[in-house]
Amino acid sequence: MKKTFQGRVVTAGTAKAEALVSHGGFNTLASFQTPMLLGDKKVRCSDQNNPDLYQKSMLGKALCLPETIGSTTGGMALYTVCATGKQPACLLFSKHIDSLAAAGAILAAYWTDANMPVVDKLGDEFLNTVKDGMTVEIKEDGIVEISDE
Amino acid sequence: MLLTKEQQDVLNGSRGETMAKVMQTLVAYGDAFDAERLVPVTSEYGHTVISFGLGIMKPVYELYDKILSENEISRQRFSADPRPVDKKNVPANPVQNLLFDIMYSQQERYEEQVRRFGILSDDAYTCTCYLPQVGNTPKRGDILSWAESSAVVYANSVLGARCNRNSGIIELMGSIAGLIPEFGLLTDDGRKADWIVELKTSTLPDAQLFGSAVGMKVMEKVPYVKGLDKWLGTELNDKVCAYLKDFGAATASNGSVGLYHIESLTPEAVDFGESLIREGAPVYVVDDAEIERVKNSYPCIWKDLDAKPKLCFMGCPHMTLSQLVEWTDRVEDTLKAKGRSKVAIPTVFTAAPAVLKAFGETMQSERLRRMGVHTSSICPLMYMNNPLCKSMPVITSSNKLRTYSSARFYPEAEILDMITG
Repeated sequence: MKKTFQGRVVTAGTAKAEALVSHGGFNTLASFQTPMLLGDKKVRCSDQNNPDLYQKSMLGKALCLPETIGSTTGGMALYTVCATGKQPACLLFSKHIDSLAAAGAILAAYWTDANMPVVDKLGDEFLNTVKDGMTVEIKEDGIVEISDE
Repeated sequence: MLLTKEQQDVLNGSRGETMAKVMQTLVAYGDAFDAERLVPVTSEYGHTVISFGLGIMKPVYELYDKILSENEISRQRFSADPRPVDKKNVPANPVQNLLFDIMYSQQERYEEQVRRFGILSDDAYTCTCYLPQVGNTPKRGDILSWAESSAVVYANSVLGARCNRNSGIIELMGSIAGLIPEFGLLTDDGRKADWIVELKTSTLPDAQLFGSAVGMKVMEKVPYVKGLDKWLGTELNDKVCAYLKDFGAATASNGSVGLYHIESLTPEAVDFGESLIREGAPVYVVDDAEIERVKNSYPCIWKDLDAKPKLCFMGCPHMTLSQLVEWTDRVEDTLKAKGRSKVAIPTVFTAAPAVLKAFGETMQSERLRRMGVHTSSICPLMYMNNPLCKSMPVITSSNKLRTYSSARFYPEAEILDMITG
């Protein structure tokens, strides 16, 4: 199965990675704080309130999310994981990006060498279709292709 | 985005390469939200969420060094979130203290950086900067470049200031440029209510649980709450403001609420009433059963669910003066009723340095000390963020602390019963 979605480019780039899906809001600080503090090489999600992601590795994954929630350290946390090479492959949002994720993505794009393209406004159907383990490919123009190959 | 000539010049490098990059960052941040312009930050003071010198956050301090190397500092003085360590007042064993030294190896470096950027004072470390004793209280309509989710939601909702949920680093860049993109909660339209919340509980709900319920339901949207004035009245007094502080912090940690309106109570709801509500806004009813459902949905990650608590934290966000006074009386009365004189669990009440100073002048201060309760201006969340503290059975009445740590949540009445034995 292959399906294509059109989103909006927040920070440009291309990526191909395995999908990791959260249906609830992604709490950036709660998710990254323990792997950052403990130097977890797999960057396993430490947010016990997120049953979709808790203890799953986020490193190099295509994180598929509705939006991010929680502390305003969220953008700073995203910037730091990018600056230290511990970032997901990309962030894909079904909704309009929120201010914290946008800040993190933009700080990473302007102040680090990391490649972490971010696309938003992919729609509810995207999040309903994409499943953990599917292959996600982002093209330059905000087109996101998912497949179960 | 339309920039003035001066803004465009900065973007083109008139104030150096680093400042050009700061401006590019702010413009890109605004572009993500279709902001049409940058607007001046009008509040007297800023507030930064970053208060810690974590070893793993070196890229942040390197970025700040870069900005400081071009002699760019904040155009407004600012406060910062609470410090992460307080060895004098918060119980910790030598191994924990050693770990704090290792984890927060950049603390001195960072505090020197914020001194150079323009922090208000060495005592300006609190998440409740807006309290009168602290003095960073924005006026209604002020445009802020703040971060700290609980402070932003309070400033927007209770004080009527205008601030987006900015991230750490971005907020300081806004204060350095003196500009912030105009979108979201800075606009009249962005402050309209997307949800109606109807409170139908039989008593005043626990602020933390009620806020958590609202945050999880509305996420980043703006709720208009009806029915809370039945329990809180229509005056923004100290007690009501303390309740709204804790309510808002929970909406912002379990969701991403940046502004709420409380019917007949918060300034914009008083002035504009239901005209703030968008047409067709969905209704969320919160009753006793819903509060209970939310409470029971909280996971607990203790290995031994029956472990005896070793520490209790109250005050995330930091307590107000009236909360410190009221809680001293409550603990004292309950201890008396139980025939005890000291708390049964090591307990820490946290508040801003200026609030603790004012509390020190009250009759309750010495009584609280005699009951064995510690006071501190630490950030409990930062204290908990390490493997040693994480494995400790710590209890709290704070939804925010339980969201970001292994601390186990209990409503205030249950916390009171537990700490008094």
